[in-house]
Order: sequence, then C-alpha cells, then structure tokens
Amino acid sequence: MKQYVIIGNGVAAAGCIEGIRSVDADSKITVVSEENHAVYCRPLISYYLEGKTTPAKMNYRSDDYYEKMKCEVIYGKKAVKIDTSSKKVVLSDKTELPYDSVCVAAGSKPFVPPFEGLDTVSKKFSFMTLDDTFALENAIDENSRVFIVGAGLIGLKCAEGLHGRVKSITVCDLADRVLSSILDSECAPIMQKHLEDNGIEFMLSDTPARFEGNRAIMKSGKTVDFDVLVLAVGVRANTALVKDIGGEVNRGIIVNDKMETSVSDIYAAGDCTEGMDISCGQKRVLALLPNAYMQGHAAGVNMAGGREVFDKAVPMNSIGFFGLHIMTAGSYDGEMLEEKTENGLKRFFVRDGLLAGFILFGETERAGIYTSLVREKTPLDTVDFEILKKISSSAAFSPEIRRKKFGGVV
Amino acid sequence: MKRVYVNEEWCLGCHLCEYNCAFANSGMKYMTDALKGKKIFPRIHVEGKDKISFAVSCRHCTDPICVKSCIAGAISQKDGVVKIDKNKCVGCLTCVLVCPYGALSAGENGIMQKCELCLENSCGEPACVLGCPNRAIVYEERGEEK
Repeated sequence: MKQYVIIGNGVAAAGCIEGIRSVDADSKITVVSEENHAVYCRPLISYYLEGKTTPAKMNYRSDDYYEKMKCEVIYGKKAVKIDTSSKKVVLSDKTELPYDSVCVAAGSKPFVPPFEGLDTVSKKFSFMTLDDTFALENAIDENSRVFIVGAGLIGLKCAEGLHGRVKSITVCDLADRVLSSILDSECAPIMQKHLEDNGIEFMLSDTPARFEGNRAIMKSGKTVDFDVLVLAVGVRANTALVKDIGGEVNRGIIVNDKMETSVSDIYAAGDCTEGMDISCGQKRVLALLPNAYMQGHAAGVNMAGGREVFDKAVPMNSIGFFGLHIMTAGSYDGEMLEEKTENGLKRFFVRDGLLAGFILFGETERAGIYTSLVREKTPLDTVDFEILKKISSSAAFSPEIRRKKFGGVV
Repeated sequence: MKRVYVNEEWCLGCHLCEYNCAFANSGMKYMTDALKGKKIFPRIHVEGKDKISFAVSCRHCTDPICVKSCIAGAISQKDGVVKIDKNKCVGCLTCVLVCPYGALSAGENGIMQKCELCLENSCGEPACVLGCPNRAIVYEERGEEK
C-alpha cells in the first residue's frame, strides 16, 4: 500500500484522484483543501452571479465522490512545507502527512499590484473562488457602482455576472484592448463594442495611480468614483512549496509530460504548473480547466506506477459574453488567413504547414475539428483546408481518415 | 459496446436521421406535433461535400476529451455511454471546442445536447439507425481498439 498526498482540491486534484484510482484501487489518498468546499467548478462563479447555476449544481463531482474514491479530505488547512528527507507534507497546524508521492495542485492566487491607498478602499474583492463570489455578492446592490481593474477573462466574466444586478460597471486595463491574452488587436474591439452595447464602460490603456477611499485616480488623471472594487489584474501560480525544496520553478512549477517536477516523487498539475505548450513549443502556464484535469490525471496514473503522458497541451478558450461567443486556441504566430462569414469572423494562423492557432468570432460550430488540427499537428496538406476555412467539417478529411473516425472505435 | 457507425458510401444525404433523432428526443407522441414547422435540434448531423455525405453523431470515445474538458462537470461516461447532465450544463461550449468529431451542439435553449444512443428515451435504441433507409448508419458492436 502506498500513501498519496494531493495538495489542493480543485479540478487538477480530481483528475489526480481519478488517475490514481485507475491504477491503484486501494492505497490511501489524502487531499489537502485550503478552501472549505468539495471540488467545485471554479469557472462557473460568474454563471452563479448571473443566476445560471447554483452552488449545488457547481459541485464538480457527486456528493459521495470522496467516499467512493476512498479519499480523506482535510479542509481549511494549508500545506506549508514538503519535507523530502522524511517524506512528509507538513500542514499549517503542524499535522504531518507521510507520502510515497505528492501531487502539488495548489492552483494560483490573484496578483494584486501595490496600488497606493488600496487600504483605504472598504469594499474590495478578488474574483477567483466561491468565497470571493459570495463576499462580492453580499457587497453589491442595485445602486452599486462597480469598478473592475482588469479586462481579461476574469474581469470581464465578473462584469457579465454582475450585469443587471448593479447600477454601473466600469472596467479598466493597462492594455489597449480587452481580452488581450486571447484576442488580437483587430478582434478585441469587436468584443469591446459588444460589451459596451450591453452597458459595460471601458477605460483602456489606463490604470489606477492611487485610491482615495471610494475614488480611483487614474494614471491619465481621470477619476472613477465607485462603491465596489474588483481586482482582476492577473494571477500568480502557487509555486512556493516546490521552490522551497529547490525544485525548478519559473512562472509556474516546471513539469515534464509525465507531470514530474524536478524533485523525485513530487508531481504537479493544474494552474500552478508550467508545461509545454505544443502550439508554440515553449513552456507556459496554461491555466485552463481541461488542461488541469488532464495534467492531474496523468500525474495520478504516474504516481500510482502506471504510465501516462500529457503532451497535447495548447491554450484554448471558449467564452461568451451577452450572447456573442468566441473560441480561441493555439498561438497566433504565423500567416493569418481570414474568413468572414454571415454571422462571424474566423482567423487562422498557419505556420510550417500546420495550423498553429485560430480565433473564431460568432461562428463556433464544430470548432473542435480545428482544435484537433492544432493539438494533433495535422499537416494541412493532408486535409482540404479550403473547405475547412469556410466550414468546419470532417468533409475536409480523406475518406480513409473518415472511415477511421466514424467507422471504428475511437 | 454497440455504437453508431457510418457507411458513407451508402448515405443519400436525405437527413431522415436528423428528423428521427429530433422526434425520438422530443418526448412527443406524434412526429408532426414534434417537428412540423419547427426548427429542429437533432443530435446527429449530415455533413458532406459534392457527392459525399455522412451523418455525424457522438462516437462515444473510449477516452472522451469532452468529459475531461467540461468546466461544469456536466459530461460523464457510464458503461461506455457519454452523457450530458443538462441540469448542470451552462452552455459554455467548451465541449464544442474540444470534440474532434464535431459531435456536440446546442439545443433550443442554448444548453448542450449530444447523442446518448436513445437508450433512455422511448425509442430504446438509436432512432437514426432504425429510420435510415439505406443502412448508411448502423448500430453494432465493432472491435475495441484500445
């Protein structure tokens, strides 16, 4: 019998549990959960604010999940140290958990820049966790003027979630465009206009210089009066546990395709890691739920003595705001090919005869066919890319490929 | 397990499978009530080009990436069948972004739907296959490759 310790209780941890149990049915698994919640669907917090889901429905797994998986979960405590010489994980209350292998699935934390006067703001929130969300919900009412710092995925999803529940929403960002991590400078203004049409106000290329109570004085000299402040500037991977024991760490904990860190018997998965992005050939933090699950699963299988690699990681996002949906994947480095359609816009980025990435605006049907070309590095000369650009369809593949896809077990 | 397989050389592109699918999943007694004059939301779709046509529905993969990618924990696999819990789905379309077959699509209310082999509706086995005039889709056991 082995002893596994999983630090963190998000989706990467669930993947790890399920990976371990696919190989080892009985050994002890202990999960250290800083949050006092069973694993839940973190990306759904904005849908909760919007009234599209409930805390009960947001549970990622069934109520009897940990019992069925034979896991012990320690809630409300934090892992503070991994002692590699005695092979123990030490918790905040000095509890020691002996391990044969550890998976660090510690996630990330909000990055809060040292804004002058931030301590004078009474109602300020991050938007990362269920508890953040409940606290924010408690602080708002229909008269609230909300100021969101950060026009990325988190800030804008927060804006959408709050829309209709507050008086006004203003979003600022140091970048000159919205969603700067996933949209290029031509696509971003289309989404910005759509958000503005829905009542969200923007102050781009601008950021608070200082706060004076409920007023932000911006770098531009403008001022913003608000009742509730949301800080969604960015996130930082929780790397300290591995860094402290001399493990290789960059912006995230460095992992290989088996999810091993540079320290023996220590694995890592999810938002705290930096793994290979095959669409650009460089290691990157890819803080995305699907990657978290797949990394966690691979880590779990390998921890339990099986063999699984996760070597297909690419950035990808499917995200909608007020009915306008966008999907993006891969990297945008390469020749850009554009298709304008009746309902939307498609941009493809081709490099070395491969589809490196894409941006789809509005028209998202069967987008997974495109994603699979990126993920599988399918040479574009083996498919009818002229068809594919216009319409995502398996008609663009050869009959032999289609026979495999639709005539066999896949 | 039995799955729906495609014989594209026999597909006429008649779209009957789409109608039979939408009817079987409508819960209604009469096909006209369920389908006539309405935009239908089938879980199987005929695609093609030139003289080629073929019907695409969920492959019920042995290692389904939609299950691993669902941000709402709404997609699961039991006894090989990939199912979606419509109560949990929020319509984020991440499954559409990852499915390499293009097998998932949104239903009328924006919540996702997919082929669940008609195992839980009144048909009991895939209605698309039962109604296919030319055996261009079949429901059978084929070799497990993995």
